[in-house]
Amino acid sequence: MSGGVDSAVAAARAHDAGHDVTGVHLALARNPQTYRTGARGCCTLEDSRDARRAADVIGIPFYVWDMADQFHESVVDNFVAEYAAGRTPNPCLRCNEKIKFAAVLDRAVALGFDAVVTGHHARLGADGLLRRSVDDGKDQSYVLAVLTRAQLDRAVFPLGDSTKAQVRAEAAERGLAVADKPDSHDICFIADGDTRGFLERRLGTAPGDIVDSRTGETIGTHNGAFSYTVGQRKGLDLRVPAADGRPRYVLSITPKTNTVTVGPREALAVDVVTATRVIWHGEPTPVECDVQLRAHGEVVRAEVTVEGDTLTARLHEPARGVAAGQAIVAYRRDPGGDAVLGSATITAGVPVSSGPAEPAVAHA
Amino acid sequence: MLAEALDAYTTAARDVGNPSSLHAAGRCARRLVEESRERIAAALNARPSEVVFTSGGTESDNLATKGIFWAQRSASLNRTRVIASAVEHHAVLDAVDWLGTHEGATVDILPVDETGAVDPDALADRLDRYRDEIAVVSVQWANNEVGTIQPIHELARLTAEAGVPFHTDAVQAVGQIPVDFAASGAAAMTLTGHKLGGPVGVGALLLGRDVPCTPLLHGGGQERDVRSGTLDTAGIAAFAVAVEMSVKSQQDYAARVSALRDDLITRVRQVVPDAVYNGATADRLPGNAHFSFPGCEGDALLLLLDAAGVACSTGSACSAGVAQPSHVLIAMGADDDRARSSLRFTLGHTSTIEEVDQLLAALPGTVERARRATAWKTPR
Ligand SMILES: Cc1ncc(COP(=O)(O)O)c(C=O)c1O
Repeated sequence: MSGGVDSAVAAARAHDAGHDVTGVHLALARNPQTYRTGARGCCTLEDSRDARRAADVIGIPFYVWDMADQFHESVVDNFVAEYAAGRTPNPCLRCNEKIKFAAVLDRAVALGFDAVVTGHHARLGADGLLRRSVDDGKDQSYVLAVLTRAQLDRAVFPLGDSTKAQVRAEAAERGLAVADKPDSHDICFIADGDTRGFLERRLGTAPGDIVDSRTGETIGTHNGAFSYTVGQRKGLDLRVPAADGRPRYVLSITPKTNTVTVGPREALAVDVVTATRVIWHGEPTPVECDVQLRAHGEVVRAEVTVEGDTLTARLHEPARGVAAGQAIVAYRRDPGGDAVLGSATITAGVPVSSGPAEPAVAHA
Repeated sequence: MLAEALDAYTTAARDVGNPSSLHAAGRCARRLVEESRERIAAALNARPSEVVFTSGGTESDNLATKGIFWAQRSASLNRTRVIASAVEHHAVLDAVDWLGTHEGATVDILPVDETGAVDPDALADRLDRYRDEIAVVSVQWANNEVGTIQPIHELARLTAEAGVPFHTDAVQAVGQIPVDFAASGAAAMTLTGHKLGGPVGVGALLLGRDVPCTPLLHGGGQERDVRSGTLDTAGIAAFAVAVEMSVKSQQDYAARVSALRDDLITRVRQVVPDAVYNGATADRLPGNAHFSFPGCEGDALLLLLDAAGVACSTGSACSAGVAQPSHVLIAMGADDDRARSSLRFTLGHTSTIEEVDQLLAALPGTVERARRATAWKTPR
């Protein structure tokens, strides 16, 4: 129970369904004192108090579990290492994979619990497949698709059939004071929302060149290639205007040479995506399906093939801003909520214009 | 709350006025407050004028440590050293710590041995060395986590001989073991209602008549000009009943509860042979038993026992609710793991052998489960 409205209503619904429910709030900050002011994430004192208050209203026991060390190692350090390697991690996905449905689940199962209930907006069908929430705007299946069969078997998502508005209304009806608490959007361990500043504090600054993909010319400098993301336009601070006057985007990041390569929007387009660390739920491939390449990103039709630990998606229309380190999630269209076929971590995207062998996205 | 204390509370709350008022209802309240003061003084062998009513243990501890420090320092600018034991309740430790960070006090923490007891020689040594610099010494009568009883008479005598005021937090002692304020030699003593069957939010500082103490709370000066605020007549009446009753029944209570507690200790050792017994054997509160269970986390044990209907406690939690290794066990020389794996069982007036049986029935499975929770991974 994060202290937000979703997990409070999820706990209440599980309790109503007759389960023997215990509320658990995760303490994720190593030193909660430092999160006392200004933090908007999931680790503040106020959040822990709100979670406890909700548990009291529901009438269930409540405990705070200290997962700060595990969180730091598996999520925060990994976040920094991924950026350092020129990739763009998704820490919420990582937290589901390594904390909520691993460290927490392990401890819970050992203590005699059967499952972990969360307030994620996603559905688990009778067929065991993860499905999108009825609320498209709030759907979180993308950051849950990394869960294995065994993890999903011990997961319960009571909110998937409700919209966020319905969840809020229900919280108000149940007398849960968190009903109108604002959603948290930021990365919880970056209290001020300044990801670049956070990375610079962790990795130090490392000045390097920003290079034009067409001319090979150095057209600017940066303080560390690690703080850029493929597809990024803002914050490049380029002094030399492009010949055609059009905006330029980050096309690739090369940690080895500490270079950020920029170019026109078209050059971002890729039509083949490769990925690794595959979680696949059994459907034979190649398969025609939708793929999503970013949290809250659009979906594109693709033919997906899984071979060993490699997933290859041939996109039927080009996608932009495909960043190594993000997840590719494959969905089968379904009127009962699009179903997750599998997921993997993107290693490269192949640009439309280029030959087959030249990856647009570096992977270290 | 004791039924008799509750009766006293509701009777007084229904029809009593402000004890500072001069009209009839005020006089009636005043009389009840003064009778309560006399009853508490009699039960603990203090003079009525030495009873200063407060909002409880935390306020009394703050008033004693800060108030006596301020008064001593204004009398002699040299007196800026504060001595407290390492196993004090946070109401003392944090107050003393605040004096260090905000008032320029030198904070001197007395170590304890592996049972949690202060060595009188260690205090004597400091009194010798810093005699004219010490503003106040504070050592609790008995510890709230491991139940260790301190050699209070000796510590108080040594301190008094050095001409330094001695405060003792007796929140855990009153009603549990014999407590005699005058005979103890302490200059000030803390007690609180809710630890002896009285209401929460009312307590007292017994403050020797000749002990200067600067107020924390300024205002109407209701309590000897040392403490201000309209007195809680109903709470005070109930508090007095509780003090009187718990002191009267102390001997019978201690005999009955310590027998139950000893039975619990023997049986815990039988079912969990590697359990580590924390604290003193003889000089210990009758209702306290404290163990570390190697390989377990205290909060996992607590969760499982709570689910089995057994209420027990781990050390303490930070404001966000994260279990913290107890400063008491750390001061006793325990490492982080032993401190984190510890659990306190408290027995009291209503405890029964059936409850001990219930704990012992649940404990072996609980310990085994908690051990697995430390190391176990779900197959995936
Ligand atoms: C030894 C000791 N001192 C002080 C206190 C604080 O007393 P109160 O809760 O009345 O403020 C307690 C516990 O409540 C205690 O155990």
